[in-house]
Amino acid sequence: MVEPILDTYIAEENLPYEFCPGCSHGKVLGALSNSLKQQGLDPSEVVIVTDIGCVGLSDKYFVTHAFHGLHGRAITYASGIKMQNPELKVIVLIGDGGCGIGGHHLLNAARLNTDITVLVFNNFNFGMTGGQHSVTTPLDSITATTTLGSTDAPMDIAGTAKVNGGGFVARATAFDKDLPDLVEKGMKHDGFSLIDIWELCTAYYVIRNDFGRKEMMGYMDSMNMESGILQETERPSFQTSYKGIQEQASKQKPMSGLVLDTKFSSDLEKPVRIVLAGAAGQKVVSAGNLLASAATLSGLWTSRRADFPITIQTGFSVAEIVISPEPVLYSGIIKPDVAALIAPEGKAKIARLTKTMEESDTIYFADGLGDVDSPANQLPLEFPESAKKEVHKNISALTAGYLTKQLNLFPFEALQEAVRQIQKPKIAEINLGILAHFE
Amino acid sequence: MVDGATAIARGALDAGCNFYAGYPITPASGILTHMLRELPKVGGIGLQGEDEISSLGHCIGAATAGATVFTATSGPGLSLYSENLGLSIMMEVPLVIAISQRLGPSTGAATATAQGDIQFMRWCTSGGYLVIVLSPTNIQESYHLTKRAFKLAKRFRSPVFIATDKETVMTTESVAESEMLNTPNWPDIPDEPVGKPLYPYQKYGTIHHYTGSSHTEEGHITKDPEIIAEFNERLKNKIGDQVDEIALVKTDLQEGADTLIISYGVSARSMEAAVKELRSNGKKVSALTVYSLWPIPEKKILSSLDGINRIIIPEMNHGQYRYEIERLANENVDLIGVNRVDTFLITPEEIIEAYHG
Ligand SMILES: Cc1ncc(C[n+]2csc(CCOP(=O)(O)OP(=O)(O)O)c2C)c(N)n1
Ligand code: SF4
Repeated sequence: MVEPILDTYIAEENLPYEFCPGCSHGKVLGALSNSLKQQGLDPSEVVIVTDIGCVGLSDKYFVTHAFHGLHGRAITYASGIKMQNPELKVIVLIGDGGCGIGGHHLLNAARLNTDITVLVFNNFNFGMTGGQHSVTTPLDSITATTTLGSTDAPMDIAGTAKVNGGGFVARATAFDKDLPDLVEKGMKHDGFSLIDIWELCTAYYVIRNDFGRKEMMGYMDSMNMESGILQETERPSFQTSYKGIQEQASKQKPMSGLVLDTKFSSDLEKPVRIVLAGAAGQKVVSAGNLLASAATLSGLWTSRRADFPITIQTGFSVAEIVISPEPVLYSGIIKPDVAALIAPEGKAKIARLTKTMEESDTIYFADGLGDVDSPANQLPLEFPESAKKEVHKNISALTAGYLTKQLNLFPFEALQEAVRQIQKPKIAEINLGILAHFE
Repeated sequence: MVDGATAIARGALDAGCNFYAGYPITPASGILTHMLRELPKVGGIGLQGEDEISSLGHCIGAATAGATVFTATSGPGLSLYSENLGLSIMMEVPLVIAISQRLGPSTGAATATAQGDIQFMRWCTSGGYLVIVLSPTNIQESYHLTKRAFKLAKRFRSPVFIATDKETVMTTESVAESEMLNTPNWPDIPDEPVGKPLYPYQKYGTIHHYTGSSHTEEGHITKDPEIIAEFNERLKNKIGDQVDEIALVKTDLQEGADTLIISYGVSARSMEAAVKELRSNGKKVSALTVYSLWPIPEKKILSSLDGINRIIIPEMNHGQYRYEIERLANENVDLIGVNRVDTFLITPEEIIEAYHG
């Protein structure tokens, strides 16, 4: 036996309970108080998180910390509290109504195995709002919203927690003498614990369905939903698992932006807006990054946006690069100065843009992509003879090299330096090989 | 080379954020991945909730246990945050929330940029209480306004939004890290809270009750009309009385100009480009960039209206901030909106065209 700190955890000055006569809620609160007492917990190390409903009135009856949130969401707050301060014992008091609207949170907290204890005040209907049916309402029951009998299969709350990996799962009734012990076991379990406590709503469910304690026990039997501990696993709690993640992560370097110091120079006088239009798999965005990085290394200002379908491995892939001697304010491109078309998907995607281009603008196109509906000057992408066999696999990098040579916005060395600085060594090696064709 | 997602995540980490929960959505997912990767490195916690409701629930719970919390989403996620935002206002829990706006209701034109949630953030939950909304126009401001949002959230014990957008979050710019970190010349936000500080749950600490229902000072539910009225007045006034402190704008007023352009977020960049161009052609024009969209920096806006008979307001929506300016400007002032809701950014040329009428 632990030395008790308090005789009761109930705030007696707030008694009597507001619950209806005969309502089981008060019984369960008493059992919880007794459990806290027998565990000898300091009231300041316990947080009681209440859901909404009659059960939600319970927070004010405790001398511990408390949190009274939104309908169905109690479990989410409890998890957050426990994650931030694992020293605290966090207990959720929630109705069958809350388990319905917040069912998603219940099964995910079980999966996460976050170290909280959930006590379900399961009285087969919504008490507070007038006895409407809930997810646990037995078949054929009369409620305010099933006046001719409920037709929905009742949800097994404990069973749901169990199959979703909840560490400690039990079923009980408000009348069980050993409820304080069961609560203690749940609380001491390192991981998610849930006790589905069956009880009576005397104002509604009991009256409408002639459903007393005896009938409830009979229903339990008929449903083969036995009481007692249903599951106890050794699976590590979220708190334990995450500590491991923190330990591993602490050895990694913190994030930092990519620093590209100016190494080259450029005499660009006004902004140039370039669009690379290709297809998924061609590494178009990465070529856009190279051009933007090379410009940055040359003391220019750039912006780079990417456009691709949500399913990134198919369809078009477009990179829009603005290169400017001054900070880029407007980063959009309504009319490109230069467009490079390297796949039919890209050509089609930017048709609206190429159409707006003027005679002084240039469209470079890969084999078979010429004849663009645009007044712009149209030139084939003419890669060096020696690079012909690279075109199939590495057309984006070749295009970056070609545009750098043609447009003369910054030195070719800046592009090579960009490859070295921003790409992974293996890829950089390949791309430097490709750029060597332009030497 | 930095994008807005990096700048915002860095701002949050440098502000001492140690808890993040969020749910993936383009264009806010970059922030989520940065935070989930970085937080455990520094002993913090980052997790993906099963939905936006649980994500914000985790944040609110963690905040009552003393965490400095952050989350990010887009319009659809903001819809799901709504009820919990009301809870955090009632509980006076500090929260920082980045909203990376994308185009259209429901899933809309999912990955295109927009500024369509400006009024939605303001009226994000039941009750109509004031919230604070900051809007950066570039990388440096994304970093510093995020840091500022954490100070404001703590000071006012309130949700604070960072109103950003797909363009700002996902476009990479050639801003050096040192430039990003360079502190702008903004007035400081005091550290001490305007009311009582938040008492986190602590073993051997004072007992605290937090509740979303109207409550007494001890956190007990009450239906006493006087206590309820007093509480609601206080919630309103704690931000309403401090508008001047929260107000943050950039004024670029030109002597003799009778046209003022007012903008915010990504559209303010096009405004800046347009103003440059107009002035280089000898035109007179003033500009006002609003960083603190809510509460409305009325005094700062009004003091920019001297001699102005025309206001141009570029924004990527149907005129959500224009309604507010309309309310402030006297009726002899012409109000002209430059609006786009077709996935394209507003161009400087469109603003120049509006100037020329
Ligand atoms: C989002 C939302 N929807 C509906 C309600 C209204 N409401 C209050 S209590 C309740 C049902 C509570 O039933 P239960 O969880 O079983 O608790 P009991 O009252 O039986 O203790 C409902 C639907 C609410 N508070 N919030
Ligand atoms: S309505 Fe039902 S659940 Fe609510 S207090 Fe009365 S008996 Fe209990």
